[in-house]
Amino acid sequence: MTIEVSDAQLVGRCRAGEPAAWNELVQRFSRYVYAIAVRAYRLPEHDAEDVFQEVFARAYQRLGSLRDDRAIRPWLAQLTRNACVDRLRSAAREQPSDEPPAEEADAVLEQLDEALDVHEGLRGLSDDCREILDRFFARDESYRTIGDALDLPAGTIASRISRCLDKLRERLEGRRMASDPS
Amino acid sequence: MVPHDAEGLGELLSLLPPAPPGWVQAAQELPAARLGLDEIVERARADAAFRASLVAGLEDALAAAGYEPSAELLDALRTRLPELG
Repeated sequence: MTIEVSDAQLVGRCRAGEPAAWNELVQRFSRYVYAIAVRAYRLPEHDAEDVFQEVFARAYQRLGSLRDDRAIRPWLAQLTRNACVDRLRSAAREQPSDEPPAEEADAVLEQLDEALDVHEGLRGLSDDCREILDRFFARDESYRTIGDALDLPAGTIASRISRCLDKLRERLEGRRMASDPS
Repeated sequence: MVPHDAEGLGELLSLLPPAPPGWVQAAQELPAARLGLDEIVERARADAAFRASLVAGLEDALAAAGYEPSAELLDALRTRLPELG
């Protein structure tokens, strides 16, 4: 189990110049920025890579201008959207492209926000659960691959996944009740 | 709204695969790259000829001085040194 550092605390540490905090911030939001580029805006990998680097470079330069440290996630989402739209418009000037309609991108972004909430819930689970759920769902690894990597019998993976999902669900429900006691 | 069922949770987890490790590493190394930026800014402030060459042609001057004129570096330099335009 890891000690949870809030997004706002992490931003504060980055602003104070802690290199480890910047590493953690990039790690924490890298999937989110990547998914916005490739899922919401369907950028090809080479464009997505440029957007990814541009977003974190801008975030690093402008972190001091963020008014509310808790708003790091929507701020990064907005930086990523802007970078994706710029990239698509620039590409469209050279050749017509199939830019996803704004409403479609917004719907995917909403889903990605929910996905990040769930992913953040993983931080409160044991290392074993976090690893097994991430490997199976996010990395799309087979039972055999997971079993080999974690030195577990492949036949036990499905039941472990099920148990870990239950723990994740309990954790997310606990967080929801804590934030909405009514 | 985060779903309550296992299937819904699994689907959401599958939406966030890891970004390629090389991309993550490059973004994590930005503070170190920033040191290069600080070096250029310091030199531009101390060395009038270097500053004039940056104003005359930013990309060429950086390349001539041995720096990779990436879009991020150009953007950051224009922010730090508004006289570069």
